[in-house]
Amino acid sequence: MQTDFPATSVHRTLALLLAMVTLLPAATSADEKQVSVYAPVATYTLPVLERSGHEYIGLLELLEPLGRVSSESAGGRWKIRYNAIEAEFAAGKMRCRIRGHDFNLSAPFLIENSRGLVPLGSLSPLLPHFLGGQVNFHESARRLFIGEVGIQPSFQLEPGPPSRLVLNFSAPVNPTISTEPGRVRMLFKRDPVVSPGSQSITFDNKVITQASYSENNGAAVLDVSASMPLLASFSNNGKTIILAPAPTIANEAPGAPPASGSTNPPQTQPAAQSASGNAAPNVQRPLAVVDPAHGGSERGAALSDTLAEKDVTLGFGRLLRHELEIRGFAVLLLRDGDNTLTVDQRAGTANGARAAVYLSLHATSQGNGARVYTALLPVEEPGKGPFRAWNSAQIPALAVSRTVATVIVSEMQKKQFAARGSAASLRPLNNLLMPAVAVELAPGTKGITDLTSANYQQQAAAAIAEAVVSVRDRLGVQQ
Amino acid sequence: MIPRHLLLSVAAMLVLVIGLGIYGRRMRRQAGELEEPAASELPVARPASGPTETVTLYVADDAAGLLRAQSAKILLPGGRQQRAEELLRALLRIYQQPGAAHPLAPASDIRSIYLVDPGAAVIDVNAAFADQHRSGILSEQLTVNSLVETLSANVPGVRRVDILVEGKTRETLAGHADLTQFFDVQAVSQAVSGP
Repeated sequence: MQTDFPATSVHRTLALLLAMVTLLPAATSADEKQVSVYAPVATYTLPVLERSGHEYIGLLELLEPLGRVSSESAGGRWKIRYNAIEAEFAAGKMRCRIRGHDFNLSAPFLIENSRGLVPLGSLSPLLPHFLGGQVNFHESARRLFIGEVGIQPSFQLEPGPPSRLVLNFSAPVNPTISTEPGRVRMLFKRDPVVSPGSQSITFDNKVITQASYSENNGAAVLDVSASMPLLASFSNNGKTIILAPAPTIANEAPGAPPASGSTNPPQTQPAAQSASGNAAPNVQRPLAVVDPAHGGSERGAALSDTLAEKDVTLGFGRLLRHELEIRGFAVLLLRDGDNTLTVDQRAGTANGARAAVYLSLHATSQGNGARVYTALLPVEEPGKGPFRAWNSAQIPALAVSRTVATVIVSEMQKKQFAARGSAASLRPLNNLLMPAVAVELAPGTKGITDLTSANYQQQAAAAIAEAVVSVRDRLGVQQ
Repeated sequence: MIPRHLLLSVAAMLVLVIGLGIYGRRMRRQAGELEEPAASELPVARPASGPTETVTLYVADDAAGLLRAQSAKILLPGGRQQRAEELLRALLRIYQQPGAAHPLAPASDIRSIYLVDPGAAVIDVNAAFADQHRSGILSEQLTVNSLVETLSANVPGVRRVDILVEGKTRETLAGHADLTQFFDVQAVSQAVSGP
């Protein structure tokens, strides 16, 4: 018995396969769009989603680090509660209700996997209804300023010789600095740097000729043009950057703390030595690596039906970064988004950055308060010559790790957390060269909701940061 | 007009389907007539024989976050390896009781324990042990510590312990506790008896 397959169905199948092959690569863009949010309590970045020609952002994710927030989604309607403010949105509709008043979005509201997405163009008029106070959104650059957080630079050219350009900021900054022939570029992603007043300043100087300011994709950029290579150095607790011509015999500067917010050690110019040639430490701030556990395909523990450990650790990590930065640490946040990192990558990055301390953050729905862990080392493998075995790299630093853990427990107990210390076979603690601890945050008196409470997390983060500061002198890669 | 060969094919298939259905029912009836052991969700097997011995089990308590040494009388077979297996199964039975202070899934089981001289023990657990284990640093570490301490306390000479899942190395027990290396019994004991 023979059967002829209709020719049309074959053609349809082929067309579908062809569409999948061509459309799938287009769906992934190499240049991910982001919004950088600068607020007094936190600085963070969020991904931007493109839908039907509009740019969108998750409203819950935007508000979460700023206060107590919860949401529910049912039948095309999406409700959010931020502190005491309630708002209701409907999928596909531009009209919503906030505090009982109607409000129109610039594009239809979207619900994806219970996430509520608002158009980026609506943030400026929308957010003051939730946050009150000043909200300033640089839409084209995707930088959101909440409150008076902007840092304005001022320029001062010292004609020399040698010519020097001194940039003063109203608060410590930590840009990624890159150099290329004729230009030094400073990229401020973590710092709420704003325009100095003029987009471009021309100097009457043969060496340093011009400085220009621009913003793009969640970051501010200061470009300084020069007729010879320049090196950057920091002073005044990170509030001053000095650009000066590179010495003719240039030595490699000692490792500077890399810019925070990246998941890999940045490939940028380290801080320079001073002109006298003394190897003075140009960067005063020790580097702390904050590692929000899990991420991407690795969700971690299911804390509730809708809450994954990886989401709590990310918010917690951002808060801890802020708490450490305001206490004088440079911070490298190993994961500032929902991406997957292996334990070897985490250890490699921290070791490569020569961090002073490593802090891994976990969360659990079991128990209450917090547990602070140091490495429970496996059976020691023999080293090979000058090389220490990877799985027992922590040995020289273990004593200081235990000190750090003890102090963290003490500080958390002062803030009414039921905290205890212990040892755990938890990677990558045993692979790290510097003092390393893991903090597992558990609910407080209010149950699981504590884990998503910015207040609760901030208290924990402040306690950890205070503890780390108190043992600052003992930190660093141990010999 | 339906072709003849098509009619014959359909008829043959119908006969086959009906015949298989009748055969299947008969097989099911025969299976039901066989005497079955009492249904049990616990895959843990009891030893066939052996004297009752007093052993020390290190039992985890999640709320307190520690291990408690608990004396128990259990039937232990003669062989060293079988004794070790029965020892950890006795521990498992405690965790599988309703309301256990450190609950483990009812389907969790110790597949086997290998004692490799000098001083190494390999505990092979089944997939359910790991797949259905609660995820969390404390919970997983307590399970690991409990197995290591119980084994080393009752099987002389064990100095390092490895844990496999279905005969293979797994990265973590349930997302946290590292299972890729041998556990140092001395280090675990120090951690257990720590402050």
